[in-house]
Amino acid sequence: MIDFKTLADPKLIVILPEIVLTIFAMVVLIAGVFSEGKETKYSSNGYIAIIGIIFSFLVLIPLYGKDISAFNHMVVLDGYAFFFKVVTLIIAGLTIISSMNYTVKNGLELGEYYALILFAAVGMMLMASSTNLIMIFIALEMMSVSIYCLAAFKRKDDKSVEGAIKYFILGAFSAAFLLFGMALVYGGTGTFDLKEIFNYIKIYPEYRYNPMLIGGIALIATGFLFKISTVPFHMWTPDVYQGAPSPISGFMATGVKAAAFAAFLRVFITSFNFYHSDYAGIIAFFAVITMFGGNLIALAQTNIKRMLAYSSIAHAGYMLVGIVASTQISNSAILFYLLGYAFMNIGAFSVLATIGKNSLEDVKGVGLKYPFLGIAMCVFMFSMAGVPPAVGFLGKFYLFSAAINAKLYGLTILAVINSAISAYYYLRVLVYFYFKGESNLSLNYNMSNVFGLSLAIAGVLYLGILPSSVISYLQQSIMHLM
Amino acid sequence: MHSHVVVLFLSAFLFSIGAIGVLVRKNAIIVFMCIELMFNAANLALVGYSHFLKSIDGVMLVLFVLAVAAAEAGVGLALFVLLFRNKGTIDVDKLNILKW
Repeated sequence: MIDFKTLADPKLIVILPEIVLTIFAMVVLIAGVFSEGKETKYSSNGYIAIIGIIFSFLVLIPLYGKDISAFNHMVVLDGYAFFFKVVTLIIAGLTIISSMNYTVKNGLELGEYYALILFAAVGMMLMASSTNLIMIFIALEMMSVSIYCLAAFKRKDDKSVEGAIKYFILGAFSAAFLLFGMALVYGGTGTFDLKEIFNYIKIYPEYRYNPMLIGGIALIATGFLFKISTVPFHMWTPDVYQGAPSPISGFMATGVKAAAFAAFLRVFITSFNFYHSDYAGIIAFFAVITMFGGNLIALAQTNIKRMLAYSSIAHAGYMLVGIVASTQISNSAILFYLLGYAFMNIGAFSVLATIGKNSLEDVKGVGLKYPFLGIAMCVFMFSMAGVPPAVGFLGKFYLFSAAINAKLYGLTILAVINSAISAYYYLRVLVYFYFKGESNLSLNYNMSNVFGLSLAIAGVLYLGILPSSVISYLQQSIMHLM
Repeated sequence: MHSHVVVLFLSAFLFSIGAIGVLVRKNAIIVFMCIELMFNAANLALVGYSHFLKSIDGVMLVLFVLAVAAAEAGVGLALFVLLFRNKGTIDVDKLNILKW
């Protein structure tokens, strides 16, 4: 039944921030044509992209506290979606700022680079706000296809292309799993709408363990676990992060992960909540092997980007602990963790982008020669290791205390052990930064680097010291979802 | 056997062929064709269910999947061209600079 009133009033306001970003992405594409090939010291395309992010943010702010569903319940704007839109804009903004000097120095100063970041951000924002499996699939592909291109952006570099191809093949492979899972869930319930799937499962408990439906849910979960890079679906992560341009590695580690978690949580909280007692054990198993796999392999890395890739796998494991608990507090703790993780991880990758070298040997003494970079790296590494007052500590504290409240004692102990293991390889970076002799690098970083890093440091410290307003907002928005 | 079971098994069979192909084949283009096979297996299932459930949603998703697969093919083939330029081969086993 077509509702003509909704057709006449499509409530475009729900996707207004995305529309603004899309328009600016196209403007950057056109501007890129004019600036291409000219010697420049400033990234003009980057400035346009930043203006786009700011405008998108400005149209997003008035939407605070609204709860609108549009396009026949395809897209919704609730507190949860609002939060992830803010997170995505922060991530995209920090990525663009940290790219501006990087692209000019490495000859990547093309309009497409920034346009693709904006397109990927649109996909991420839509993923968090879609309430229909069709929409989730399209948004996921919108994000992924842009990221495949970005990962291969250093096109003369063997590593960049190799990482991108691995990412492309495994990403498309996982998307096929997700799609087949959606087809099976559709076959089992007759709808793609998340709320209607929930209602169907509630009304017909006798079909709840229909093998087709269970298979569909398992395949959907597999698709998402690929995207958030849990062991054993993590193989692509280190290769892609190492090969891609450093700011893009940060973008992938935070943005893609946040968007995939957003969709994962929304699907499993809204639609498949009845199965929680069934899948909790499986997710707990994945959480344990992901934490141990990520942390133990990270210990052996000598390349910092690869080390951060394995650490991002381990962080995904911590967040899975929250999904196992699946209480209101634990789910909001996951969201808080994603926000804090965004600041510290993008910050760490921007330090590497500024240095331009990735191996531990290359960065020795950088902290003494360039004190600002050293302090920034200290903040991010201590935060990742979970030292107060940085946000990494509070994020882990909320997550693990939520797990304790849900009586997951064993899992929490394993998570804390892992957190202790991880401190070794984070602090080793700082040892190389300060105590391994003189640096022979000569870096020229400009105001955009300083500004981006300062924002990331401010975010890490602000959320670590004054988290209460964010936390209470998150708890409300999660309660609304459940 | 009910005809919707036939559709389910046929699509699951095609999906498995595709998945196995991705894992065992070496040529990047054939790997990519196997992924397309997996997408089309899902499309077949969607069209079938759409028919049996008398609902249009499944067919709608198929149209979107076709568009998405076309975009992916564009990016994927461009990546394979880059790989061929850099290495002179599109054998996925030669993707071995990055490990551990």
